[in-house]
Amino acid sequence: MHRDQSCSSPRTPRARQRRRSNEIPSEIIRSDGSQLLLVDDQFKYRSMWVRAHSSLWMLVGVAAAIYLGHLYICAMVVVVQIFMASELFNLLRIVHQDRRLPRFRLLNWHFFFTAMLYVYGRILRQQLVKTVTSDKFFYRLVSSLIKYQMAICYFLYIAGFVWFILSLKKKTYKYQFGQYAWTHMILIVVFTQSAFIVANIFEGIFWFLFPALLIAVNDVAAYFFGFFFGKTPLIKLSPKKTWEGFIGASVATMIASFTFANILGSFQWLTCPRKDLSTGWLQCDLDPHFMPEYYSLPRLISFWFPWKEVAILPVQWHALWLGLFASIIAPFGGFFASGFKRAFKIKDFGASIPGHGGFTDRMDCQMVMAVFVYIYHQSFVVPEDYSVDMFLDQITRNLSFEEQQALYGKLGQILSEGHFI
Amino acid sequence: MQKDKDATTSAFSTPTFRNRQRKRSNETDTELSKANGNHLLVHDKNKYKSMLIRAYSTLWMIGGFALIIYMGHLYITAMVIVIQIFMAKELFNLLRRSHEDRQLPGFRLLNWHFFFTAMLFVYGRILSQRLVNTVTLDKVLYQLVSSLVKYHMAICYSLYIAGFMWFILTLKKKMYKYQFGQYAWTHMILIVVFTQSSFTVANIFEGIFWFLLPASLIVISDIAAYIFGFFFGRTPLIKLSPKKTWEGFIGASVTTIISAFLLANLMGRSKWLTCPRKDLSTGWLHCDPGPLFKPESYALPGWVALFFPWREISILPVQWHALCIGLFASIIAPFGGFFASGFKRAFKIKDFGDSIPGHGGITDRMDCQMVMAVFAYIYHQSFVVPQSFSVELVLDQILMNLSFEEQEALYLRLGQMLEGKIVGQS
Repeated sequence: MHRDQSCSSPRTPRARQRRRSNEIPSEIIRSDGSQLLLVDDQFKYRSMWVRAHSSLWMLVGVAAAIYLGHLYICAMVVVVQIFMASELFNLLRIVHQDRRLPRFRLLNWHFFFTAMLYVYGRILRQQLVKTVTSDKFFYRLVSSLIKYQMAICYFLYIAGFVWFILSLKKKTYKYQFGQYAWTHMILIVVFTQSAFIVANIFEGIFWFLFPALLIAVNDVAAYFFGFFFGKTPLIKLSPKKTWEGFIGASVATMIASFTFANILGSFQWLTCPRKDLSTGWLQCDLDPHFMPEYYSLPRLISFWFPWKEVAILPVQWHALWLGLFASIIAPFGGFFASGFKRAFKIKDFGASIPGHGGFTDRMDCQMVMAVFVYIYHQSFVVPEDYSVDMFLDQITRNLSFEEQQALYGKLGQILSEGHFI
Repeated sequence: MQKDKDATTSAFSTPTFRNRQRKRSNETDTELSKANGNHLLVHDKNKYKSMLIRAYSTLWMIGGFALIIYMGHLYITAMVIVIQIFMAKELFNLLRRSHEDRQLPGFRLLNWHFFFTAMLFVYGRILSQRLVNTVTLDKVLYQLVSSLVKYHMAICYSLYIAGFMWFILTLKKKMYKYQFGQYAWTHMILIVVFTQSSFTVANIFEGIFWFLLPASLIVISDIAAYIFGFFFGRTPLIKLSPKKTWEGFIGASVTTIISAFLLANLMGRSKWLTCPRKDLSTGWLHCDPGPLFKPESYALPGWVALFFPWREISILPVQWHALCIGLFASIIAPFGGFFASGFKRAFKIKDFGDSIPGHGGITDRMDCQMVMAVFAYIYHQSFVVPQSFSVELVLDQILMNLSFEEQEALYLRLGQMLEGKIVGQS
């Protein structure tokens, strides 16, 4: 099914390209039965070229979006998400069963739309309200939409639920329930990570770009270390991955994380959070994480090199943790995708990107990383008085001046009574 | 496999009798299909006997339930958790294939690992600040609990990732598809079970009323549908559940809406049921009931006063909300039951379990309750939580959601802001 959606070269090279993915076709198992590692493959240079070509284009596209700004990056994420969902929805579809169920596909997109409304509504709540403060009418409209957002999304979901039950057809119960469950799993996987990516973006493009870069570095480094040194297979699920590639990539990722954090952290465009949905230039107070601290180097280094002290941004220590996760745990996302493809006997999730497969193939490790970065950021990086800010915001927006004074008085009373007996 | 788990304690456990009991569920028994294919309850000869069994276990369930309501919020939460564990266990076992399972030792354990992680996450979020408020007596314990609450999301995420990695490392060559299927199934079960139980617990701490009213309405809807179908049922309602009839459905809807209105009045008068609980204590509750539960008097029109001795009627504003809840309970909540029926037909199972004689498993009883619990929570958050902000409310929220240090910080900054405004205005 996805072999038809092609926009590039003839059949045989793509078969060779697909060997870059995780399935090994039977033709090239050697006589002694051992698996074929990347080091021994004759066509590897050609496929490396195709892969590099599409990697370059993807890089250019991402760089353009980053230059344009937060809103455009979100738009890119949404587009990638739509493609991923489309690929995954089509994956376990059985055309024979589907012909008996007209408009069943529409149900998937209904749930997709509901999920998008819910997730982006929650994440962009603050930003949305701050964008429309100029116009009183819009402000009221948006505020009430936000207030009833949960109810609206719930009713849309229930409508889909009722629609699903009313469309159950006698001989296709099992197929329909399977598709329903599959739809839920896809939407959860796709939306959790894209929601967290968007949340990260509005905290500062750094928190989106840096992890994505680390995964890309990890991938590329693993590929090259495996290309030149790969001998020992890593895991049965992905026979082309090797221990040499894994360890080399881990070291490269850790070093890259330390240095990239320094480089990226010096740009205000990347480190400033965005409080509303505007697209213009960004000015903000420098977050303490990105203010350089100076450490004087020990004597022996300053003897050999001209530097006396080194400027380290506090964020670089956080970056080391992110690098550690990216090298050790994020590859499990790739293993999961490989295992999944083996379980359901599919070669790739799609064929949109020549040399790489579909969007989901590229995003599998990114997804695990995005969730981790969001949780790490919320737990360890976010300043202490985050929720205090939120409450102050609420108080100023919703209470009148006299009410604020009354609140102040009562809070003072309660605090002076104290909690500890 | 379910027939082996004989958990029934009643004397009537011969296979034929249990078959007749199962007929009370949604699968049509081929032995009873007559020539014209009529399976409605009105025509079933053994209905009186099975009604007695069903009524007996219903009575016990209601009795146990009432006792727990009397004992309080924490005990109700404990009951919800116990029910949840049983439901998860039933559902985990449902699509298990023992042949494959024998080749995967320790795979069952993974399910319970995810269950534990989900429980930690969900209840941690809902009860976090209440937990902190409970341990304010001891400084060390307070610090410990506060930091656990602060890093709660990170802890749960680490546990989940550990489970994820464990899953990947246990993938065995010929069992990939089965394992992935089980993994997806586990996620779906946990989502379904925990969403509704977390919303139920959240409702409980807002006031037992918001848990008891929806649950009672579902029970009433069920019982009324059964009785109306018993006596008047003629026209089948939906192909998925051949025993349900339009007469039962409509009769139950009317009954549910009327009883929603009346029950809300009854329940709204009790402080035990309407007061929210701010911490995890178990004692008596005192609170200001809030505008929703204060009776408003409406003068009855003249002609009613002729026939009845009442001149005016007092209605609690919450009764109008109860009408909406009753409407949902009668029209949409049955779809939860249809979903469960369809699911059982799709996977060719008669019941989710057989813990409750006459009713099937716990999931069979809870299918409509689940849909209702989510609705009740969302309705409460969107329409009942007061529309306008008031000082009391914000103060409550501050005390509930912020730690002591954060409250002090808020106090200081609020003071600064107010001073700035006074200076600015003068």
